[in-house]
Amino acid sequence: MAQVSLRKIVKAYEGDVQAVKGINLEIDDHEFVVLVGPSGCGKSTTLRMIAGLEEITDGEIAIGGAVVNDIPPRDRDIAMVFQNYALYPHMSVYDNMAFGLTLRKFPKAEIDKRVKEAARILDITPLLERKPKALSGGQRQRVAMGRAIVRDPKVFLFDEPLSNLDAKLRVQMRTEIKKVHQTVRTTTVYVTHDQVEAMTLADRVVVMNQGIIEQVGPPQELYHHPATKFVAGFIGSPAMNFMPARLEEASGALNVTLANGTSLPVPDSRSARYRPHVGKALLFGIRPEHLTDEKTMDKDNLAPLSLTPEVIEPMGMETLAHFRQDGAEITARLDPATPAEVGVPLRLLAHMDQMHLIDPTNDKVL
Amino acid sequence: MAADGSMAVSAPATAGNGRANSLQRFARRRSTIAFFMTLPLLVVIVGLVAYPAGYGIYLSTLNRRMTSFMEGDWLPTGLGNFEILFGSDTFWMVVWQSCIFAISAVLLKALIGFWLAHMLHHIPTKGQRKWRGMLLIPWVIPPALSTLGWWWMFDPSYSAINWVLNVFAVPAVPWLGEPWWARASVIIVNVWYGAPFFMIMYLAALKSVPDQLYEAAAIDGATGWQKLRYVTLPMMANIISITVLFSLIVTFANYDIVRVLTNGGPRDLTHVFASYAFQVGILSSNIPRGAAVSLFMFPILAVCAFFVLRGVTRRNKEQM
Repeated sequence: MAQVSLRKIVKAYEGDVQAVKGINLEIDDHEFVVLVGPSGCGKSTTLRMIAGLEEITDGEIAIGGAVVNDIPPRDRDIAMVFQNYALYPHMSVYDNMAFGLTLRKFPKAEIDKRVKEAARILDITPLLERKPKALSGGQRQRVAMGRAIVRDPKVFLFDEPLSNLDAKLRVQMRTEIKKVHQTVRTTTVYVTHDQVEAMTLADRVVVMNQGIIEQVGPPQELYHHPATKFVAGFIGSPAMNFMPARLEEASGALNVTLANGTSLPVPDSRSARYRPHVGKALLFGIRPEHLTDEKTMDKDNLAPLSLTPEVIEPMGMETLAHFRQDGAEITARLDPATPAEVGVPLRLLAHMDQMHLIDPTNDKVL
Repeated sequence: MAADGSMAVSAPATAGNGRANSLQRFARRRSTIAFFMTLPLLVVIVGLVAYPAGYGIYLSTLNRRMTSFMEGDWLPTGLGNFEILFGSDTFWMVVWQSCIFAISAVLLKALIGFWLAHMLHHIPTKGQRKWRGMLLIPWVIPPALSTLGWWWMFDPSYSAINWVLNVFAVPAVPWLGEPWWARASVIIVNVWYGAPFFMIMYLAALKSVPDQLYEAAAIDGATGWQKLRYVTLPMMANIISITVLFSLIVTFANYDIVRVLTNGGPRDLTHVFASYAFQVGILSSNIPRGAAVSLFMFPILAVCAFFVLRGVTRRNKEQM
C-alpha cells in the first residue's frame, strides 16, 4: 500500500493536443480517490498514466515515494479493473485470478490460498471452475476485482468498472466495491463519469474538466462548497440551476435581483463575503432541492419566487418541476403532494442559505 | 369459362383441403426455404465433389484396361490395386515424401506467416496497407507461373540464386539435381507461395484480440514473450488450427509446384501423392491405380480434420 503523487502531469498527443494539462494530485495511503468528469476530460488518460499504459509527456508520477515514469506496468505493483473486465476468455475464473501470481512465481499453495480468500470476499467461490463466457456481467466484474485483490498490490486502479452493468446491478456493485475497500484498505484510484458513483464511493473526489483539475475535496464539500461553476453544475442530480442576476444593496441589506425583477434577500451570514461584488452582473445558483414549495420545514432565510411549470415529472418520492425563466432552464424538487400544474404559476421558496453566486467572467464561485 | 374453371378446381379442393394446407405450410417452413436456397450449392457439391469422389473409388477397383474388377492375391475382389501399392517401395516413398513435404512446408508457412503478421500488426495503419499488399503478391500470382520463375532461378546453368551465392564465395548449389536439395527447393517455393495466406489469416486474428487483454496482462506482470504465450496464442488458437488444416489439405494435394519444378525427379524422389497419381494414372496410362494412389490422401487428411475441428468446436463452446 502506498501514496500516489502526480506532479505537473502532462499528456500531449500528436498535433499538440493536450489531454492532461499539468495536474498535481497527492493521494494518501488507504485513500479512495475518484476522478470524475465528462468524457474527454482526461480522467482515464490520467489513470492509464498511473498504470503505465500511457506514456507521460511531462511531469512525474510517484507510487510509494518512488518515481515510476520509466517503470513498465508489470513492475509498478498495481492492479487494474477495466471497463470491459478484460478477463482472459480461455482461462477459468480461478486461472484468471491466479494468472498474475503465477507469472510472479508465487508458490502454488500461496496462490490457492489467496484466490480462495478473494473468492470468498467477493462471493464467487462456486464460479471458480467456470470460464468467463459462462458468467453474467456482474459476476465478470467480481472476477476482475478478484484478479486485482489476489495480487495485494500497492494501488488499485478502476477504469469505469460499472458502466457496462445495468442500473440495478451498478448500485449493487457500487456497494460491493465500497465494502471491499473497507476490508482490504488498499489505496484506490477510481475513474467514472457518473457523479453519483463518485459521491458515494470516494473519500475525496477529483473533478476534472478539459485536462485540468477543477476541484479536489470530500463529496460533501464539493456539494456544498463548489469552487467553480463547472463543479457546481456537475455535482448533484438534477444539476444546479443558474439564473442571470444582479447583486444590489438596499438600506444595508443585500439582494439578488433576477432578470424579471424578483428580488431575493441574501442571508446576513453571506453579506461580508458578497459585499465587494455589489452592482455586478452575476449568476445566481441554487440546487433543485433548495427550491421547494411552501410546506417546507425550514423557516429561516427563505425567499418567495413565482414560476410557471412547463413540465411536471412525478417520480414517486418526489416531483420534478421544470420551468423556464429569462432563458434559463430551472428545475425544482417538490414534495409529491404539491399541487403543481403545467401553465399554472407556482409559488416556490428559495433556500437562500444554500445559494451560490458565480462570477461569469471567470466562472468562480464567490 | 374462367368461372367454370375455378369451380372445377375448387370442388375437389374442398376434399383435399387439409393436404393442400399442410403442403403450403411445408413450403413456407424456414427449413424448406433454406433447403431450396442452398440447392444450387448442393448441386455443385454433388456434381464436382461427391460424384468424382465416388467415381474415383469405383475406378480404383478396376483393372488397368478398366474392363473388370482388379483381382488381388489375398485381398477381396477389386482391391488389387491397393495390394500392389502396399507392396511397392516407390509408393511408400511417396507417402513418406508427401508427409515430410506437407508437414515441413505447413510448419514453415505457419511460422513465417505468424512472424510477418506480427511485424505488420505493429506497423502504423497507414504504412500497413502498402506492406500487406506487397506481401500478398506471391499468393495472388498463379503458382504454375511463379514456379516457372523459381525453376529458372534454380536452373543449373543460369541460376540467379547461385550467382548471388558465388558473389559471397559460396559454392553453387545443385538445387534441382540432388534429391535433398530438390525436396528443399519444392518446400521453399511452396512456403514462398503459401506464407502470405497464413500472414493474412493471422493478421486478422491478431487484430481481433482486444488491446485490453494485453494491458491486463502487462499489469498482471507478463513480459512480451509471456503475453504471446498466454494471451496471443490461446486467443488465436482457432484461427491457427483452421488455417493449418486448410493449408495441410492444399499442400498435401499440391501438384503444380512439384510438376513444374522437378516433375518428381530426380529418380522419382520428389513425388508427392498428386504428382505420383498423375504419373501412374495419366503418364503410365493406369488410371485405376492412379485413382487408388490419390484415394490414399483421404484417410490421412480425414484424421487431421477430425482432431483439428474437434479442438475448434471445444474452444468455441468454452470461449465464445
